[in-house]
Amino acid sequence: MISAFAAVLAVGIAAAADPGKGKEIYGRCLACHALEYDRVGPRHCGLFGRRAGSVPGFAYSEAMKRSKIVWNEKTLDRFLANPPKAVPGTAMTYAGVPEAKERADLIAYLKTACR
Amino acid sequence: MSFLSIRNPAQARRLFLTNSGLLLSGAAVALLAGRDALAAKAGDKASDAKILNTALAAELEAIAAYQVGAESGLLQKPVLDLAVTFQGHHKEHADVLAKTIQKLGGKPVAAKSKYTFPVEKLKSQADVLRFAAGLEQGAVSAYLGAVPLFGNRDLSKAAASILGDEAMHWAVLRNALGEAPVPSAFVS
Repeated sequence: MISAFAAVLAVGIAAAADPGKGKEIYGRCLACHALEYDRVGPRHCGLFGRRAGSVPGFAYSEAMKRSKIVWNEKTLDRFLANPPKAVPGTAMTYAGVPEAKERADLIAYLKTACR
Repeated sequence: MSFLSIRNPAQARRLFLTNSGLLLSGAAVALLAGRDALAAKAGDKASDAKILNTALAAELEAIAAYQVGAESGLLQKPVLDLAVTFQGHHKEHADVLAKTIQKLGGKPVAAKSKYTFPVEKLKSQADVLRFAAGLEQGAVSAYLGAVPLFGNRDLSKAAASILGDEAMHWAVLRNALGEAPVPSAFVS
């Protein structure tokens, strides 16, 4: 019952995701990330469907290279909620985006930003 | 004087120069003289060094970014002086972070030989300021996201001190762009 409710809630949040608000939230990422080029963190264009730790030439942590994550809405949502917990040893030493709606907005922005 | 009463970048710069020394010396004391950091468990020390190394990498990139801005020919005084001052703060952050990483038994990351910046989009002083403001906003968020992760609370305090400095950079740059210096009651 609880998992069904959570699933309905998740669908509702995803449906209401606002890429405009996600763009604002992306401002939090700008110390380390850019859409089109690698910085302290890897580029975000081409993220969806990409295996974690696979951008050529980027120096990932061993933890990220071993994670076997393929980035999609679900894996991003889990990772962004608490990166060090999702991938212990990641170089993304950032406590995360705790609000589910903010994560949905951010993911919605990332899906559209490079089109 | 408060940020609310800043009328121009020169005033902002004077205010910043007046206050920044206190903040940075506080960070240096917490980082370099903190005995707790040295007495921490090995696991905590390695984890804390990793967090500091991510911050160091971002600081080194910020130093390079301000160098690009300063050499762009697009910044006029006193904005140019402001950029050089802020770059100096990032150099101080990087120096303290690197020394602390070494004290924790880690190896500080080195500056890259080459950074990628969107130089083709920087065509005016406002473009450079907006780019710098974005980096500073990101730095505020990055430090905010790092503060709760440290095993050693002295390092959380020191990171918060740097966060405060970056937040002032962001506010002053926003003000120079004619935007509300402090857009909200909380940073995130």
